Amino acid sequence: MPALVSHPDEVRVLSKRFGQGATDIDKYIELDGYKAVQLGIANGPQWIIDTMKASGLRGRGGAGFPTGLKWSFVPKNDKAKYVLVNGDESEPGTCKDHVIFLHDPHSVIEGTMIAGLAIGAKMGFIYLRGEYRYLLKIMEKAVADAYAKGYLGKNIFGSGIDFDVITQTGAGAYEVGEESALMESLEGKRGVPRIKPPFPAVVGLYGGPTVINNAETIASAPPILLMGGEAYAKLGSERNGGTRLFGISGHVERPGVYELPMGYNLKKAIYDVAGGIKNGKKLKAVVPGGSSCPVLLPEEIDVGLDFDQMGKAGTMLGSGGIVVLDESVSIVEFALRTINFYQHESCGWCIPCREGTDWIKKTLTRVHAGGGNKKDVDNVQYLAENMLGRTFCPLGDAAAMPTIAFVKKFRKEFEEYIEGKRVEHPLIAIKPLGELVGAAH
Amino acid sequence: MSEVANTIFTPETAARFDHLVTIYPLRRSALVPMLLYAQDEVGYISDAVVTEIAQRIGIFELDVRNVLSYYSMLRTKPAGKYNVQVCTNISCMLRGGYELLDHCKKHLGIGHKEVTADGMFSLEEVECIGACCWAPAVQVNYDFHDDLTPAKMDTVFEMYRSGQGKDVK
Repeated sequence: MPALVSHPDEVRVLSKRFGQGATDIDKYIELDGYKAVQLGIANGPQWIIDTMKASGLRGRGGAGFPTGLKWSFVPKNDKAKYVLVNGDESEPGTCKDHVIFLHDPHSVIEGTMIAGLAIGAKMGFIYLRGEYRYLLKIMEKAVADAYAKGYLGKNIFGSGIDFDVITQTGAGAYEVGEESALMESLEGKRGVPRIKPPFPAVVGLYGGPTVINNAETIASAPPILLMGGEAYAKLGSERNGGTRLFGISGHVERPGVYELPMGYNLKKAIYDVAGGIKNGKKLKAVVPGGSSCPVLLPEEIDVGLDFDQMGKAGTMLGSGGIVVLDESVSIVEFALRTINFYQHESCGWCIPCREGTDWIKKTLTRVHAGGGNKKDVDNVQYLAENMLGRTFCPLGDAAAMPTIAFVKKFRKEFEEYIEGKRVEHPLIAIKPLGELVGAAH
Repeated sequence: MSEVANTIFTPETAARFDHLVTIYPLRRSALVPMLLYAQDEVGYISDAVVTEIAQRIGIFELDVRNVLSYYSMLRTKPAGKYNVQVCTNISCMLRGGYELLDHCKKHLGIGHKEVTADGMFSLEEVECIGACCWAPAVQVNYDFHDDLTPAKMDTVFEMYRSGQGKDVK
């Protein structure tokens, strides 16, 4: 069972109920549960949206889109509308939603209800990744308990409003974390992305307007309504309201999920909060927000953990999954393991992603096995750069961006690897290499 | 009484499926959950499972197979009673995921996607299972075991061998 961690610098908004038995509905209620949704009913949809806008909350799934704004995009027509909670957490390095489902399932249900009130939906779906089946049981019980109390179903809290929640899981596919692929999966199809526009806010699940939010985003809604948008915004940094769950993993002394204010310094998060590098070793690199985020060098980590500051540093905040690498890690091996994941998970619909991830994997596999060619580094970079922005969903970019960063920032290591471990016969015959990807030299 | 005469599923599962197709705005939404529950009961997605699920939802068998082939957790061959899934993705890799996988291979005497002769265990190397901060981690059926070492893994195996582990259901 995942162990809980804590640090004095944490600001516990989302995690305040962790470890307190809040999976029990009565305990959840005792700890201010289901107050926010009643406040939302009393004050109406516009108040909810205004409060969410004032909070500066930006999507915690990785894209960082302002949540209040997203909710305001849903047209006010008579079509059936839906809330879809994205708990298909599959980005390597990321396990924050895991702890929310495990310790505070009702916050996800209450957040779903609040989003439903804001957009006029009568039905919400909470979709967990397939591997989280044991968490589905916790969510199912929480939903059943909420129905038993009369909080879900017909006439919630005597408001005349009906709201239903359905929970389910996927069956193993990273791609389904992409919002339109998630809708396809929920409709019982292969989880491949849809062409946009139309965007889900206009045409989403079952053709109806749909708000799709990450589970952490949704779970943030109840505390925001209770404390007020401005108060929540003040916890974070400029244009990045509130706090966030950061999962710090890899070579640190105290790995775990910590709730820190947005804008918290990354270096401090690694050295103070997570206890520094394991066994006193030297830091080599940091993948700051899940495997798709470009890697940072030790001299680049004195930066604030929010969407804007990370963007300026040439990387992304992503899903908040900070992966720390010590000096013993071979970047060639790490890059290969990363691309192996994206190659495995590409749905294969867009050619640049399907072919690109495969060729990068093949090339890096050969380099790793000691059969590298000196043009391989250029080829990998060329392939990755040609995937960028050329796919329907961000999986292509998610594979390309870290690859480019690995090659650019650790080119010397790749080249040394090739020079030092070269063997006569490459494992995979790719001929002629120069012509293959049009390398100019 | 099940919606389908001569169902291959237990009465409980059949009743669950009868209910499942009614809760969504679109019947087909029940497909992925149904496949998972069917796999829990039968052990894998057999031809008979495909046929009955297609019938229950009102789609072609091909539609079912199309979806079945997409998701990595769905299998068309039986696994062991306990399916051991070792994560070797980045966070687990950094904390000994590969050593753990090698240890499991040696301990069980089988490789990736193979089943032990007694049918007790099957082994899989899997992509990220969402236990990064508690790495290295292993999932056995749907149970997580984290912060593992080869020695701790032996205890986990022993637990399942002695009947203390949970089955899928």
